[in-house]
Amino acid sequence: MSVARTLATTARVLNQVRHDHRTLGLLLLVPALLVGLVAWIFTDTPVFGQIGPAMIALFPFIVMFLVTSIATLRERRSGTLERLLSLPLGKADFILGYALAFGLLAIVQTAIAVGFAVWVCGLDVGGNLGLLFAVAIVDALLGTSLGLLASAFARSEFQVVQFMPAFVFPQVLLGGIFLPRDQLPEALEKIGDWLPLSHAIDALNAVARDDQDAGYIWLRIGFIAAWILAAIVVGSMTLRRRTP
Amino acid sequence: MDADTAAISITGLKVLRGKNLVLPGLDLLVPRGEVVGLLGPSGCGKSTLMRAIVGTQIISGGDVKVLGDTAGSAALRHRVGYMTQEASIYDDLPVAANLNYFAKILGAPPAQVAEIIERTDLGSEAKSLAADLSGGQRSRLSLAIALLGSPELLVLDEPTVGLDPVLRVALWELFAQLAAEGTTLLVSSHVMDEATRCDRLILMREGQVIAQETPGSLLERTGTDNAEDAFLALIRGAQEPGSDTPHVPKHRAGSEEP
Repeated sequence: MSVARTLATTARVLNQVRHDHRTLGLLLLVPALLVGLVAWIFTDTPVFGQIGPAMIALFPFIVMFLVTSIATLRERRSGTLERLLSLPLGKADFILGYALAFGLLAIVQTAIAVGFAVWVCGLDVGGNLGLLFAVAIVDALLGTSLGLLASAFARSEFQVVQFMPAFVFPQVLLGGIFLPRDQLPEALEKIGDWLPLSHAIDALNAVARDDQDAGYIWLRIGFIAAWILAAIVVGSMTLRRRTP
Repeated sequence: MDADTAAISITGLKVLRGKNLVLPGLDLLVPRGEVVGLLGPSGCGKSTLMRAIVGTQIISGGDVKVLGDTAGSAALRHRVGYMTQEASIYDDLPVAANLNYFAKILGAPPAQVAEIIERTDLGSEAKSLAADLSGGQRSRLSLAIALLGSPELLVLDEPTVGLDPVLRVALWELFAQLAAEGTTLLVSSHVMDEATRCDRLILMREGQVIAQETPGSLLERTGTDNAEDAFLALIRGAQEPGSDTPHVPKHRAGSEEP
């Protein structure tokens, strides 16, 4: 592993995104606009106050998952991955380089989405706003790292697009947005308790309602961080220098 | 020349792709410091052989030694330059940014980027996005990346395909120059008339090496005056032992198998 090569890869990925203005615009604005749409739908009801935090968990997570998985897949298809892996670039350098680049983008994107939800859509946050940002950013990083993992597994664009429903939708369904987790059948509740998105939703709800202490929030951030780390490690182990 | 002094030394290389035995057991010895042409029809296993030499191909048997080390070993990643058949470049980066990134990965001196841009005649496109380049320019950018870090062995998969004749000549001159500086070049082509530009030829057909020698001795041995006829003569010679005055049928050798 080499810091210089990891950072060179991060800079290169960011440079690529910078040259594609439309991608950059979509990446940074779409989650905020979706949060705004939900707020608009529920204008005259208290619903946005209840589901707004979950939406902040959901949209950046999904967008970052998709963008990251397709970006690395593109690298595989263009032959640049094969070229890189014949060079002195560590597999972890490659995955970490991507994780850092899209992690930075995720931070900006999430900051915009949270700022939009709070100051434009009027989401009422009872607790610490800094903690809300922290949870939202870790959650978007989770999307990035799971996207890296999915693309390390996938062999084609078709497969990546289908990993979206496979990796993401169960987490959404079991995360407690549709039905609080403690009302789910017991087996599903247990599964939901181990999925990282559930903890992002719990933490964001707790900050918004201000009904838990900071320790509760940090425990959840730690749980999500463990998932991020595991996804990156498994992703770099799945990458193969030799292919059939 | 033995396995340690040779640039590439291969014994019994077997590669299976799907259910196809692409390389059924190939032996090869390539000396250092020469331009070696790897010629054969498309589908004969040239790219697979090159990937095995670079170490990106899963092999099912045999031994591939490159510059004295096992192909694909970490020590070789600085010493072997590889250009794939499709240009492996970042379309959404300018030419210079493409080169700068790979230079950083290789730890090549930054000044080398400008020098290589010059050598591959990409000076006026240095600031253009790779996506805006023509096919020939893309292929040259891909070649330029392979030259970074001054590798001892260059493995170039069809670098001259689709280039205009003037550029092709210029590239072969560049290859000769690099060989004169001590680099070994393995250059594949399915265009037989490029054979005369090589110091040594490897002719391949259906996963087998059917000849390895200098262009002069190949033509002399087969009694032909160009590589295409020599290739056909070799195939006919192999099919009908004893018939040494082949007549040349007017169809292209080989088939387009995947």
